[in-house]
Amino acid sequence: MDESIIKIDSVRFYWSKKSNFKIFVPNLEIKKGEKVLLLGESGSGKTTLLSLMCGFLNPLSGNISINGNTINQLSSKTRDEYRADNIGIIFQQFNLLPYANVVDNVLLPLYFSKVRSNNVSNKKEKVIELFKQLRLPDDIAQFRASSLSMGQQQRVAVARALIGNPSLIIADEPTSSLDADAQKIFLNLMFEQISENNSTLLMVSHDKSLSNQFDRLIDINEILIREDKSCY
Amino acid sequence: MLLKLSFSSLYARLVTVGMTILAISVSLMLYMSVEKLRTSAYTSFTDTISQTDLIVGARASSVQLLLYSVFRIGNATNNITWESYLDLVSKEEVDWTVPISLGDSHKGFRVMGTNKEFFSRYKYRGNQSVSIDKGYLFEDLYDVVLGAGVAEKLGYKIGTSLVVSHGLKSFSDHDDQPFRVSGILKKTGTPVDNTVIVSLAAIEAIHVDWSTGAKIPGQLTPIDEIREMDLTPKNITAALVGVKSKLTIFQLQRWINEYPEEAMTAILPGAALQELWRVVGVIENLLLGISVVVIFTTLVGMAAIMFSSLSERRREMAIWRAMGASPFTVIGLLMLEAIFISILSITFSVVLLFCVLNLLQPWIDYNYGILVNIEMLAIKDMYVFALFIIASITVSLLPAIRAYWFSINDGMTIKL
Repeated sequence: MDESIIKIDSVRFYWSKKSNFKIFVPNLEIKKGEKVLLLGESGSGKTTLLSLMCGFLNPLSGNISINGNTINQLSSKTRDEYRADNIGIIFQQFNLLPYANVVDNVLLPLYFSKVRSNNVSNKKEKVIELFKQLRLPDDIAQFRASSLSMGQQQRVAVARALIGNPSLIIADEPTSSLDADAQKIFLNLMFEQISENNSTLLMVSHDKSLSNQFDRLIDINEILIREDKSCY
Repeated sequence: MLLKLSFSSLYARLVTVGMTILAISVSLMLYMSVEKLRTSAYTSFTDTISQTDLIVGARASSVQLLLYSVFRIGNATNNITWESYLDLVSKEEVDWTVPISLGDSHKGFRVMGTNKEFFSRYKYRGNQSVSIDKGYLFEDLYDVVLGAGVAEKLGYKIGTSLVVSHGLKSFSDHDDQPFRVSGILKKTGTPVDNTVIVSLAAIEAIHVDWSTGAKIPGQLTPIDEIREMDLTPKNITAALVGVKSKLTIFQLQRWINEYPEEAMTAILPGAALQELWRVVGVIENLLLGISVVVIFTTLVGMAAIMFSSLSERRREMAIWRAMGASPFTVIGLLMLEAIFISILSITFSVVLLFCVLNLLQPWIDYNYGILVNIEMLAIKDMYVFALFIIASITVSLLPAIRAYWFSINDGMTIKL
């Protein structure tokens, strides 16, 4: 049985031939249940790699498999559905819908994924349970996302990524705006939930100090070749 | 849930969306107003005279005869003799006639000599007759009945004395025979409003001391003597004719047009009105053109607003996509928004239209003689609305496709 959740094989991507940003990822494998930190400085291609893994972008060559399915070979529609079913995303700036209340923000992925929706028998109870686990006050449910504090928005974003137990959580620098103490509390809360769900976490950061909290550290420079730079 | 969130999104952009709806509503309202005005102007124009089967005058084109006999514009090419008129009256097919004598004026308003039959036989807007608002119809030889517009513009009341001028330019007045206002007519929205009406006998009376268009020097017949005279007209300008049977209209028209004693013309008012409308119809086309431009501008404005709001919604689109929404869902949401805005704009514009029409209808009627119909929307309006919604959807496709590309390319990079 294949234990890897992400498998990248000879993936090449650039926006255009004249682009000064061309990347090649020969090989990358992440096992199920791992908590992986992807380290790299700004502009190194971390976010592009995440976009490829999420299926927002399609590689020009090579394959990306998530849970054994080669997502770049799926149709656009199936890829969208597959992403909704399997991947929970936490953005750097959380990106909650500001006009929607907290519950609607958390439940949003269930609308697009039958699989994740079926994993939740009682949606409202599950939301309240997640709030408790993420130390969010009960009365926050009907608040509009725009009225929450930064810390609360972060935790709501985690709840949104976790709901319906997606097998893979991808987080793009979610702790970049936090101080060290707040980072630790946030990561602990996230790890607790991810372990409980048996999900895999791939988190991107440029902060090396976080590395001891993860199962594995991947330096982007070791897995990704900047073909545009190698030309010089 | 998607719809709920979509509406929440709209609500969150209340000011922008509200301004969009207001802008589109005002444009749509403007379009409908122009259309209402266009159709009402046509209706009011063609309803200026109704239930008159023929208008008879001296030989002239149908439009010219219509213009001077009904609209009091221009002059008659010639008069018809009273004998010819009596010949016409004696025809078996004729049910009724109203003689009209034109040529004089009072302070720019045309003076029309006629008989009392005019007030019951002249119909407009279907079956409406002119009726007295104040006072009574002419009883005395020197009584005058004023159209509502004349009375209002000149500030005349019952009992006011006035002098009729000879011809259309006031070079000389019939000041030896002043008239007295005996009645003021109700507003009709027709040229009657701007007409000074006297009896045919009065027209004869004021011309007793006149010959070939000029006053006979030194001749001043006393009024008492004039009253005793036979004031049967020698000529009239035109006559309105009603027939007993509609089947005989063309037969009678032919008889008049071929009348051997005098060159006369008989026209069908409806046909002549249509012909005249075609001449002035350029205004109608202009209004129609304005309507089309207004709608086009509205749609362009809508697209512009959607485009400008797109950048502020770029993040929202990317969130939808990240959560699993397909690009088609994103396009669908934008199109749904366009439909919602269109329907709300249409509803608001209709409410606005009826408010404006209710407010302006009396003013337009009073000042321009156009009775704007305030009625339920016609089927044609529904088609226009449906077309507008379809056009809105089409127009929204452009920003929607742009949003599609944004949402794909933004992917994980949304940092606003």
